[in-house]
Amino acid sequence: MVPEECLYTKEHEWVFIDEDGVAVIGISEYAVGELGDIVYIELPEVGTQVKQMDPIGTIEAVKTVADLFSPLSGEIVEINDEAVGAPEIINKDPYEAGWFMKIKIVDKGELDVLFSHDEYQEFLGEQESENEDESSEEEEDQ
Amino acid sequence: MESKKTPIYESHVALGGRIVEFAGYLMPVSFDGIIAEHGKVRTQVGLFDVSHMGEIEITGPDARAFTDYFVSNNVGKLAPGQICYTVACNEKGKVLDDLLVYKFSDERIMLVVNAVNTNKILEHVRHVKRGDIEIRNRTGQIGQIAVQGPNSLELLGAIDLCAPVRDRIGELRYYRFLTIDYGGSEVILSRTGYTGERGYEIYLPAGDAPGVWKELLEAGRDLGVAPIGLGARDTLRFEAGYCLYGHELDEATSPLEAGLSWVVKFKKDDYIGRSVLAAEKESGPSRRLIGLELKGRGIARQGYTVLEDGAGIGRVTSGTFAPTLGKSLAMALVSSAASPEEGDLAVEIRGKKVPAGVVPLPFYASRSSD
Repeated sequence: MVPEECLYTKEHEWVFIDEDGVAVIGISEYAVGELGDIVYIELPEVGTQVKQMDPIGTIEAVKTVADLFSPLSGEIVEINDEAVGAPEIINKDPYEAGWFMKIKIVDKGELDVLFSHDEYQEFLGEQESENEDESSEEEEDQ
Repeated sequence: MESKKTPIYESHVALGGRIVEFAGYLMPVSFDGIIAEHGKVRTQVGLFDVSHMGEIEITGPDARAFTDYFVSNNVGKLAPGQICYTVACNEKGKVLDDLLVYKFSDERIMLVVNAVNTNKILEHVRHVKRGDIEIRNRTGQIGQIAVQGPNSLELLGAIDLCAPVRDRIGELRYYRFLTIDYGGSEVILSRTGYTGERGYEIYLPAGDAPGVWKELLEAGRDLGVAPIGLGARDTLRFEAGYCLYGHELDEATSPLEAGLSWVVKFKKDDYIGRSVLAAEKESGPSRRLIGLELKGRGIARQGYTVLEDGAGIGRVTSGTFAPTLGKSLAMALVSSAASPEEGDLAVEIRGKKVPAGVVPLPFYASRSSD
């Protein structure tokens, strides 16, 4: 998957629509950097019906745990057993070997609310500056 | 108040360290990733900037007697040049901090305290002060570098700082220290650490810390040296079964509950919390610290409930994926009335009961540590 051709959520998942119209889901390079070493992922079973922005799994890193949200509504048609068995491949290769699952989507209109690559980059930039504001506020509190 | 920077901060940024705020300091949490850094310390050698730790110097004719009144371990028994690990308790016998006591002589002692507790302990020491002593906070003037791992001895032998004591470092025993005259300043080199691996800690003038850090990185290139962040510092201490203040220890926990009865001595003069601890020892502590291995997927994090046959018996104090052992492990404080060794154990992880079993502490014991 080419990062530039993916769509993104505010929760740092990426979505790539393959040639069959199936959505491949993973997490972004930024997410991987924030989480650090990932040691477990929990994904829904194949056949599960999911709704857009529902929490559908968890990502456990050494230092922290994060929820995984479904970027789209539809049916889970495949999960990446290799990433479940060896989550370090997510850290090494978040856009290819480290994909999470595939969703057969029901409403293409949902794609409209996702970020394009450029929009996501902009969103990351805003987040960074917000984080800086937050930390300066914290400093004032002390 | 603005976050403080250690004297080595600029180097961490230059080396790509991920910076977080910890105990009022901007500290690197990781460089290459926690698991990779953890492995470096277990197999080669890692450098930790621990300049945020607090150093409090107690001097004067009553320095030894006061320190013995302040902490639970026996400082009177230490030889000059010897160190002990101990706790300082409040009147209720609960832990204010866990710390190291460096004894230069009966008239000069250095306390090394947790960064989160430096101000609290400093105020407390001043509050309970007795006898003819002077109390000095040296934290801002002292930089501290921990050199940890099987190659630590060889690395120290390769730097100029250690040239005057090169033939003595190899014989330096665990929990002993020596001092080095470094251009007129005193540098302390101790055989201590927080990783469970052979290692040393260097206390040096803050202004000299960046230069020595750089020298260690350069001299250690062939020894596989790497800078290590707070993330791996935590996983390393966790595997070695060391307590971390704010996790296994706090002002609601007694040292006897946390498995530290070996630093709570009764064959010494009165100290703060002694009578309560003596009574607790007699009746038996109401909780105890155990090690757990998760048999299912997930990580048992601080605060999660430990269940025995479905009923809560305590809470997780620390839990992570242990990189050296490749297992999901946890430490937990559980009721002494429970029998987790026999029962059906589980940890509740976000509403799910993940099966677990008791395993001995420490989780990991190195062959290089002593």
